[in-house]
Amino acid sequence: MFTPEMMESVKKVEATRAQRLGVEPRRMTADEKDALLKEFHPDYREEAFAEIKVGPNKGQKAPKELVHLLHSNSRLLAEKVDINKVDYDVDVLVIGGGGAGASAAIEANEAGANVMIVTKLRIGDANTMMAEGGIQAADKENDSPVQHYLDAFGGGHFAARPELLRRLVMEAPDAIKWLNELGVMFDKDETGRMITTHGGGTSRKRMHACKDYSGAEIMRTLRDEVLNRQIPVAEFTVAVELIRDDRGQVAGAVLQNLETEDYLVAKAKTVIIATGGAGRMHYQGFPTSNHYGATADGLILGYRMGAPLLYQDTIQYHPTGVAFPSQIFGALVTEKVRSVGAQLVNVDGEAFMHPLETRDVAASGIIRECTARGKGVNTPLGSGVWLDTPMIEMIGGPGTIEKRIPAMLRMYMKYDIDMRKLPILVYPTLHYQNGGLEIGGDGFTKVIDNLLVAGEAVGGIHGRNRLMGNSLLDIIVFGRNAGKAAAAKAKNVELGNMNLDHIQAYAEELKEAGIDTGDVSPLLLPKYARHER
Amino acid sequence: MENMVNVYFFGKKYSVPADLTIMTAMEYAGYTLKRGCGCRHGFCGACATIYRIKGKNELKTCLACQTQVEEGMYVATVPFFPTDKRTYDIEDIKPEQRIMMDLYPEIYSCIGCNACTKACTQDLNVMQYIAYAQRGEFEKCAEESFDCIGCGCCSVRCPAEISHPMVGVLARRLTGKYIAPESKHLTERVEEIHHGDYDQLIEQIMQKPIEEMQELYNNREIEK
Repeated sequence: MFTPEMMESVKKVEATRAQRLGVEPRRMTADEKDALLKEFHPDYREEAFAEIKVGPNKGQKAPKELVHLLHSNSRLLAEKVDINKVDYDVDVLVIGGGGAGASAAIEANEAGANVMIVTKLRIGDANTMMAEGGIQAADKENDSPVQHYLDAFGGGHFAARPELLRRLVMEAPDAIKWLNELGVMFDKDETGRMITTHGGGTSRKRMHACKDYSGAEIMRTLRDEVLNRQIPVAEFTVAVELIRDDRGQVAGAVLQNLETEDYLVAKAKTVIIATGGAGRMHYQGFPTSNHYGATADGLILGYRMGAPLLYQDTIQYHPTGVAFPSQIFGALVTEKVRSVGAQLVNVDGEAFMHPLETRDVAASGIIRECTARGKGVNTPLGSGVWLDTPMIEMIGGPGTIEKRIPAMLRMYMKYDIDMRKLPILVYPTLHYQNGGLEIGGDGFTKVIDNLLVAGEAVGGIHGRNRLMGNSLLDIIVFGRNAGKAAAAKAKNVELGNMNLDHIQAYAEELKEAGIDTGDVSPLLLPKYARHER
Repeated sequence: MENMVNVYFFGKKYSVPADLTIMTAMEYAGYTLKRGCGCRHGFCGACATIYRIKGKNELKTCLACQTQVEEGMYVATVPFFPTDKRTYDIEDIKPEQRIMMDLYPEIYSCIGCNACTKACTQDLNVMQYIAYAQRGEFEKCAEESFDCIGCGCCSVRCPAEISHPMVGVLARRLTGKYIAPESKHLTERVEEIHHGDYDQLIEQIMQKPIEEMQELYNNREIEK
């Protein structure tokens, strides 16, 4: 329960609620947003970034923690692994068992390819499972893919790769249809019309949802489909390095059984990196809404083989992570809470900004409120602002919270906070990796023509900020496309002799640059045990 | 000095800060988790856990990531449970009562003990959704089971050896695909796109200079 100091502030929030109701706070102008971002967005904190000294993005910036991994050597340098002793031999190797990986595997299987998934934890242990709010698609009469393009392009600061963004918006309705036909239960009215809402930065209500279990409902359906098709899934089997051949192609991956620590070799004609995000790197000390395995592994694997990164210096901090209680610190409070009516309110009960600005602007606004303006609410781990959830039922009627955001209600009720009666405390949490490996429109990396990337590991689809509901969408659109493209490509790939020469070459490059971190990468799991911290 | 409590992981005693969850307490105790840890926020069901408070008879189930430690807690995680998923082709099956008889006949052996419901970490009425499945009321089964995260605590406790989460998934897929009404606006939009209705418009917007895009974006009309 809240502290007495917090309850004092709650009284102020309650006192202003009636007059705030029905008054939409003003949206910021473009100039106001720019100034706010420059002063308060964590991406602009120079001391949190370092220069990459080796590889294709040499000379560019990335978060220090990521640079550390990029500057570390392969763990295989010190291991004897016979890569010619092949344990799995497939057409398509999918690394990662989240939404992008599962979509890719289903489509590759549909195309007749021999495909397998290897995944660090279990299939479905992924950020997809945790996406709450929804998935965008322009399928209503007042909307169009062009409008969706404009919202996403502007929201991403005009930096998205047009070819990638075109695919995202043009293939969005088909992605929803595909999911619906697999049996995903979207929120619909009795006539079949999708119930759609706004997300931050959308100009049309195009957020489709499955209550606030949108990602979970999608992921468990995709997982069920993968299992029905009897696509092999090697769980607790993590890719620690890609394998090359003497023709410059990717030829598979060295895997490690996470439990026994045995090494395995997967040979493949095409490889899809679908390893997801990096929240567990805790950039700038932020808590994260991400799952346990989100440690940027795929970025390291691809980069070491020469695939360039794009926008690796831009990170999304979700404006509303849990600020209190500490047991769920950093957990996601879905943007949908604001979509259905909750305002952002400071310690004095003032609605200090429009609740549905884009995520980078909203996060910066909350940070400003808690720092420069000193209008945050103190918590044991820092500070936060109120998300005035009781407004939701004043707008939507009693029962709205249980019906539309049951996961949120359940999460807080475990700590005796009834969000129907009391507001909740939030602060930004590390949520999404805007950048990643660069791909062309067909999903292939630009330097290795049988290596593909899909999902959060890709950079460039969204630009320098991502709108709510466009990530669940991108994992489906680009996951499916990667599966199809990999299956087709595999028919024409002849593999040469396999080697790990690129690891040696990378080690040489690090040595020449005078870098020795003393660590190995990829990270695989965050160091949370007390003796490792 | 932090407020500490004594907990027992697999019978071994540790002193841990009282404000931790079972999961973070295990890490405090020194465990590097591989099994039994997934999303860490209550959505994936990886961390199903059984515990009993010292001196009390009741055996409880929970998610390690969502449950605060208590004094005298004896904890055993259940990182894997062999629930039995049957395979099927979603295109070939129909939302008829006999599909449950074909795929999950053991649901008809339910003895009504309600242990599943008591074990549910999401507080779902599990026995009720199994009853709906028995009767072929898939839509109700889907709705009642919707918040299931598949941790498997229900199945661990079931004397009839039912794999409840799998029954729920089947009911939801049947509902989503066959029972919920078609979204005509979606079907039409997909057809328009396949027909090429937006090809020219999207090409045009892709070609626009950034300044013009900024102008369009900053002045776009936002639906109320």
